[in-house]
Amino acid sequence: MSIIIESDLCTGCGQCLEVCLFDALELVGDKVAVKDGCNLCGACVAVCEYGALSLPEDETPALSRPSHGIWIFAEQRRGRLSPVALELLGEGRRLAEALKIPLAAVLLGHQVRDLVPELMAAGADTVYLVDHPSLAQFLEEPYAAALTALARLHPPEIILAGATYVGRAFIPRVAAVLDTGLTADCTAFDIDPEKNLLLQTRPAFGGNIMATILTPRSYPQMATVRPRVMKKLPPDNGRQGNIIEIDLADLSRPFRSRFLETVSEITETVPLGEAEVIVAGGRGLQEAKQFRLLEELADLLGGAVGATRAAVDAGWISYQHQIGQTGKTVAPKLYIACGISGAAQHLVGMQSSDYIIAINQDPQAPIFQIADLGLVGNVFDILPALIQQIKANR
Amino acid sequence: MKIIVCVKQVPETQDVRLDPVTHNLLREGVKSIINPFDLYALEEGLRIREQQGGTVTVLTMGPPQAEAALREALTYGADQGILLSDRAFAGADTWATAFTLAAAVRKLGGADVIFCGKQAIDGDTAQVGPELAAFLDIPQVAWARKLTFVGPERLQVERLLDHGYDLVEVQLPALITVVKEINEPRLPSFKAKLKAKAATIPVYSLSDLGLTENQVGLKGSFTRVVRVFPPPARGQREILQGAPEELAAALWGRLQQMHLR
Repeated sequence: MSIIIESDLCTGCGQCLEVCLFDALELVGDKVAVKDGCNLCGACVAVCEYGALSLPEDETPALSRPSHGIWIFAEQRRGRLSPVALELLGEGRRLAEALKIPLAAVLLGHQVRDLVPELMAAGADTVYLVDHPSLAQFLEEPYAAALTALARLHPPEIILAGATYVGRAFIPRVAAVLDTGLTADCTAFDIDPEKNLLLQTRPAFGGNIMATILTPRSYPQMATVRPRVMKKLPPDNGRQGNIIEIDLADLSRPFRSRFLETVSEITETVPLGEAEVIVAGGRGLQEAKQFRLLEELADLLGGAVGATRAAVDAGWISYQHQIGQTGKTVAPKLYIACGISGAAQHLVGMQSSDYIIAINQDPQAPIFQIADLGLVGNVFDILPALIQQIKANR
Repeated sequence: MKIIVCVKQVPETQDVRLDPVTHNLLREGVKSIINPFDLYALEEGLRIREQQGGTVTVLTMGPPQAEAALREALTYGADQGILLSDRAFAGADTWATAFTLAAAVRKLGGADVIFCGKQAIDGDTAQVGPELAAFLDIPQVAWARKLTFVGPERLQVERLLDHGYDLVEVQLPALITVVKEINEPRLPSFKAKLKAKAATIPVYSLSDLGLTENQVGLKGSFTRVVRVFPPPARGQREILQGAPEELAAALWGRLQQMHLR
């Protein structure tokens, strides 16, 4: 299948060739033609001024909407909720109001009933609780089996889960078995008011392009959501909700994978995720000892130190500090990027920060494209001067 | 031991941008490569073969050009490459991709272990591996950084989760997605390069897999991309140049406005 071309309308202007993400269009004579590789993304349809391009029509009839509202997966470990669970409830609340449907949290684990009030206070109308020894530790098989069985029992319209290692490991299994679409690592949602469908927006190509995705012909509409992007609500301990506790026969069968032990815990000496201020360094710092400058500044500002992959790979600072595509995603109030050029892989991990200050010698560095305040200059001159100022004014 | 490694051909650079005004794609001639994470999956497959005996089959779905990725995989020492290619496969989302791969794995008579890279660098979804495992109804361990055989059909896997590393045991057949800490991929060998040049790469089409058009490609996909656009520009940007002391003072002024300490 590919884009449909009305050759009579095509003027051969070539606009569509420019926007094709997949290099799948060419001009044959003075008309556009489709090569292999058309991904039917529709980018060309949007730019054609002559209405010569269209997407093949979907003949699937509209499905009726399932009646069990929006679900969020309430990820927990050892009886502590993951922060993303509360963020999802905040966003889920907003979507539930827009669609005028209820919001539920799905809590899977063993001896986790104590977490129910926290979920209700954070916005859940209902908590589906599956408490079972098979769910004591995370494993893809039992977690997928539990969520799949629940979704068949009480079909939801939408399922959202955190795009954590856990969420991204088992949610795809659920989507596969439920025969429905899944969008990874979303950073924004909206509702299409005509079709009542979830508009799921996510970065693609390392964050260089944003794509909005629909799941138009199946339910539930499923997405994983990047942690620390959505806002949780202030807890309202007066909120009431109901618990639906479910005993799933599926969980008593033997699973083919089993948990043995936790080998090592990542001890977060640097609570990067919670820091309001992050001072981060990149290749421009040149050597390990220069990170002391960043540490000093971070201490003065009550913040934490972050780093790019280049700095971590160079051995200047440990992996725990790494921010970006292969490290952590952060969104502090203030992000000070020192000697960071701004590779796309780094930017995706910090671009939702409230305020970004960049210090770099190269005025062309891409980091300046996303910085609210950019200082063109030498980090080793500016930071000591700043530290002095702060100390003098304490 | 039958080992299958799934790979994806991706553009070498993710540095594509949309023109902020026209939304046109700004792209230079970009080379295609094997998704870097898949090379770790391939290496792990080759190591298991060396340890346990068996064959490594590399599988990819893509346009005819994706054959190059398979040929490249052969230069590292894989035994055979199989290309899933058909115009009907175009536009597949992760569900349809995994569904098609699952049909190919079945056609190949299944596998003892299937390896995938943790995710592809273009789509970054990390979904195809787990969806493939679900379609084949086999267990899966995602984000593996270390594998040890503890019996002919049992693997112990150390895997990365949000809190640290867990050790889990899984019964084969199973699908493993690997992170790059798992190994150091080898370099292509001269001998394998010669073999790769001469190798025939079978191509499986829609009918070879016994699937229908409605199950694959865009028609089989449950998601639709409805809009692509550049990331939102941030608010007012301000770039200052000058002497370090002046810049530090400006910075300090800004921090005070933000009421930080």
